[in-house]
Amino acid sequence: MNLILHAPILAIAIPLLGALATPLLSKLGKTIRNLWIILSLLFTEFLVLILTYDVISNGIRAYTLGAKFPTDTIPTANFIPVRIILGVDAFSVFMALTSVTIVLIASIYSLKFIKERTKSKYYTLLLLLTAAMVGLVFTGDLFSMFVFLELLSISSGVLVAFYFHKGEVVEAAFKYIVISAIGGLMVLLAIGLLYGHYDLLNIAALANTLTFSFSDKVALVLLISAFAMKCGAVPLHMWVPDAYGEAPASISAVLVVASQASLYALFRISFTLFSALPTIEIVAWSIIILGVLSMFIGVVMAILQSDIKRLMAYHAISQTGYMLLGIGVGLAVIGNTNALNSFGVTAMEGGIFHIINHAIYKGLLFLTAGAIIYRVGTKDLNKMSGLAHKMPFTTIFFLIGALAIAGLPPFNGFVSKLMIYESVFRFNPLLSIIAMLVSILTLASFVKVFYSAFMGPKSKEYNKIREVPKTMIIAMLVLALLTLLLGLFPNIVVDNIINPAAHALIDQLKYVGGIL
Amino acid sequence: MIKKKMEEENRDKGMSKVVKTISFIIAIPIIIFGLYVILHGHLTPGGGFPGGAIIATLLALFLVAFGSYTVKSSHKELLSSLESLALVSFILLAFFGLGSTFFHNFLANTANIFGKSISYGVNNGYLPTGGTIPLMNIAVGFEVFAALSLVVLIMYTGQSGGGK
Amino acid sequence: MINYFPFLAVLILIIMGLSAIIFKKNLIKIIIGISIIGSSVNLFLISLGYRSTGVAPIFTNAPKLEMVLPTPQALTLTNIVIDLALIAFMLSLVALVYKHYKSLDIRDRRLKG
Repeated sequence: MNLILHAPILAIAIPLLGALATPLLSKLGKTIRNLWIILSLLFTEFLVLILTYDVISNGIRAYTLGAKFPTDTIPTANFIPVRIILGVDAFSVFMALTSVTIVLIASIYSLKFIKERTKSKYYTLLLLLTAAMVGLVFTGDLFSMFVFLELLSISSGVLVAFYFHKGEVVEAAFKYIVISAIGGLMVLLAIGLLYGHYDLLNIAALANTLTFSFSDKVALVLLISAFAMKCGAVPLHMWVPDAYGEAPASISAVLVVASQASLYALFRISFTLFSALPTIEIVAWSIIILGVLSMFIGVVMAILQSDIKRLMAYHAISQTGYMLLGIGVGLAVIGNTNALNSFGVTAMEGGIFHIINHAIYKGLLFLTAGAIIYRVGTKDLNKMSGLAHKMPFTTIFFLIGALAIAGLPPFNGFVSKLMIYESVFRFNPLLSIIAMLVSILTLASFVKVFYSAFMGPKSKEYNKIREVPKTMIIAMLVLALLTLLLGLFPNIVVDNIINPAAHALIDQLKYVGGIL
Repeated sequence: MIKKKMEEENRDKGMSKVVKTISFIIAIPIIIFGLYVILHGHLTPGGGFPGGAIIATLLALFLVAFGSYTVKSSHKELLSSLESLALVSFILLAFFGLGSTFFHNFLANTANIFGKSISYGVNNGYLPTGGTIPLMNIAVGFEVFAALSLVVLIMYTGQSGGGK
Repeated sequence: MINYFPFLAVLILIIMGLSAIIFKKNLIKIIIGISIIGSSVNLFLISLGYRSTGVAPIFTNAPKLEMVLPTPQALTLTNIVIDLALIAFMLSLVALVYKHYKSLDIRDRRLKG
């Protein structure tokens, strides 16, 4: 059996099988279940890695579910693709790589973080979430994108409400799930509009035959606002601080990647489907404005917070603004080949590189916050002080994460932010100045957190605090090392993975040609 | 207020004797009809999900007729295991087609169970056709029955299981 | 004009559902609003496939006429299952909120900006 040939569907099916078999296996014993979970995640990671290597060297890989051989996309009797088709190109495999890596690290972290009694439900939901995320980025079909989006929102909603004995947690989960449900229904309405006009659900086939009538524009507006709702851009960001703040810390790290999956869907729709739209500038400018608003409002609200996880959640909103800004600039110049080659590609590379950087350092920060809460028991910054004496590893990891998010060299935040600053400056200088201002404010708020939580004299109640268990340290160590590596040697990642990803987004014809 | 609730639950012995007898009698046609809808999913409307929902109404019927005192919470473990087993068998059935592609219908047009091949065109429905589809329908039917019954049971008795 | 009646009904239902979510203060009414929007999207999907001379798309013993489109029926069935899971989850969350706070009004806590 040729593993690479079947790798796209196996990367979705193995976590699904793992998720569904976990309740049965947990009856057999604790170690078998833990082993099964780690093995499924490792195997998925391996599959995504070999798929990355294959797609970067060979181009798009398509997979048809249920046909005689995997690339049988158009049956001989019809002229349109009939079955569900997975289309893996460089951008998809990049997002899948980030997601599975972060979930793997978070699940190693949760081996000690989650209490034993509820572990099997937690891991079932986490594996379902992985399957949904990988499915969302691998699919080439609008309706299965909707199905995976809903599966993602339901399983992450249940995981947010994991500590349901506290009142605020349940409220936060309710807000999150109501907004996800409305977003999902808007997506379905838009899919219905597109289907009714063209009788096609496949993204590649739609990209071929799209004529931009009025109903298509309505569908585009619905889709963009629904996906912006799901990833926490500013007009509809109310759920972000509550959901990230009340979830268990490893789930907050995974929620970051889940919101980025809906960011992937937004970019896939605007680039591959609609990039030949004559008035694409309006769409691009609205994405840029959403990005700038998110950056600014996110960081301003973050300075005022006193709860450590809500503060990080507001920073997540502002970093999402960076990604929207970078890729929005790329979208705005997509018709203009000259400008595209000079700074458009760099802007998009900056935005895409920021996705993986943000996942890594925001994941690291949330895991350190979780470590603090695990030992200290409170989330309020005003009550903690002087933890650096007792928890040296956590302090170092937090410092690395904070410096990375502020954009200091030699960490990875610096590289992606520099790419965004340079290219956005040539597009419109005002946006770049706002971006730099936001970066300075980010640094200010993290200095405040670091000082009040870690520096200062020891507080008397915390004499019994020890360092956190070893598996949690290993997980945080891996993330910190990745931050350093990507900052010191960014060329390896940018040239080999990010550049093909940016080009895959721009080049609509390559996507269509690879699948049909 | 908590005490009054506990007394009320102790007194929740269900409805009268007539309803209990009738619910036993009508359970049999419901099961048979539900299995009919599940099994003929590839020929007539229905299939796994509506058929499973039909059989799940049985648990709701028993809850209302007999009161929550009789339907014990040990059933929850049984239903949860049944649900996981059915889902795992669904995914494994999809895996078996991996010789060509995933979800491939490996039983169609062969001589195995559910594999009879028929000629093209409009006909009366023949049951043993359709390949892996009826088997998947059965798996989905049992899974939906277990899941919906579990949801109704947890919501009614208000135990420590929250969502999903 | 009579051909467009289902789509008009969909529009009216969506407006009703959205106003229920935005303007009502009781949690259960918000969930009912989401359920109304879900049903209206289902109606929209099915009415996309309607052909005025069509019969039901069942292959067994089919009369020799044109059939209504079956693909949106599959989409609608999937959507019904998804909405079922969503509403079950939301209702159990509301039950937990009631157990903690003894009130279903969104003005008491800082729910739903």
